[in-house]
Amino acid sequence: MPTIVVEVMPKAELLDPQGKAVAGALGRLGKTRFSGVRVGKRFEITVAGHVDDAVLAEVQELADSVLSNSVIEDVVGIHVLEAPAGETH
Amino acid sequence: MRIGVVTFPGSLDDRDAQRAIRLAGAEPVALWHGEHDLHGVDALVLPGGFSYGDYLRAGAIASLSPIMAEVIDAANKGMPVLGICNGFQMLAEAHLLEGGLIRNDHGRFICRDQKLRIENNATDWTGSFEAGQEITIPLKNGEGGFTASADAIARLEGEGRVVARYLEVNPNGSLNDIAGVSNARGNVVGLMPHPEHAVEPGFGPDTADAMRSGVDGLTFFASAIERALVSR
Repeated sequence: MPTIVVEVMPKAELLDPQGKAVAGALGRLGKTRFSGVRVGKRFEITVAGHVDDAVLAEVQELADSVLSNSVIEDVVGIHVLEAPAGETH
Repeated sequence: MRIGVVTFPGSLDDRDAQRAIRLAGAEPVALWHGEHDLHGVDALVLPGGFSYGDYLRAGAIASLSPIMAEVIDAANKGMPVLGICNGFQMLAEAHLLEGGLIRNDHGRFICRDQKLRIENNATDWTGSFEAGQEITIPLKNGEGGFTASADAIARLEGEGRVVARYLEVNPNGSLNDIAGVSNARGNVVGLMPHPEHAVEPGFGPDTADAMRSGVDGLTFFASAIERALVSR
């Protein structure tokens, strides 16, 4: 079955304490070339049937209304996942 | 007066809210998130906790619960609705209140007795406070950082819709030290700290008079009761 990926990130202007904590850990590991980390979310939505423009539009609507909160987050990507090699539909 | 308290999977403070309502002089009515029935209550409390594990975002899945259709409808018709902590997050996710709550800026869960100033004593839940009254009630959250666009903050401040503000310590990075906000009508209020945990001598925050004697939280519930009596 096809899978649609939705990626959501905290708004750039907001503090991202999770990312800051991870960045702090990288610093403690001596990974000094990495100056920042931001943590977001990736949703993988399995679709029963084939993906057409109407399905993508529905996912876009869900991404904006349910999967993200526009006050604090941005939807940064929606794409259809390529089927793994060998898998047939 | 009958005040409903909605229990969601993961609610923690529903029984405390019911007890607070009883101590304030009203009848608490236990409501279940999965029903489409408010059982004829006169006001509503969405309690604190970690509904649905706060997966997706804090309060987000709960804001889509069956009963929220009735809660949103009642709120839009003027029913007093108080969201406490997770309940505040639900009201923000349901777009009944402006803004959003994000992870505390210091990244840790915080639990403390928190001093607040009541900035608006004209809402349905703060009418029995003095203007500018300073109170202390418990605060406990991991995602209590109030945030909103610059426009929304200006609007909330300009219209007096900041209901309570943190004093002395900003415990979670909330913009403008905002601890609670209301809708334009003043019937829907969201509060990050917990009034239901400061309602009974012996179990509240310490005061200058005696240990654990703080009952400042009771006035939120008394306000809704008094408002109902006045408008009757």
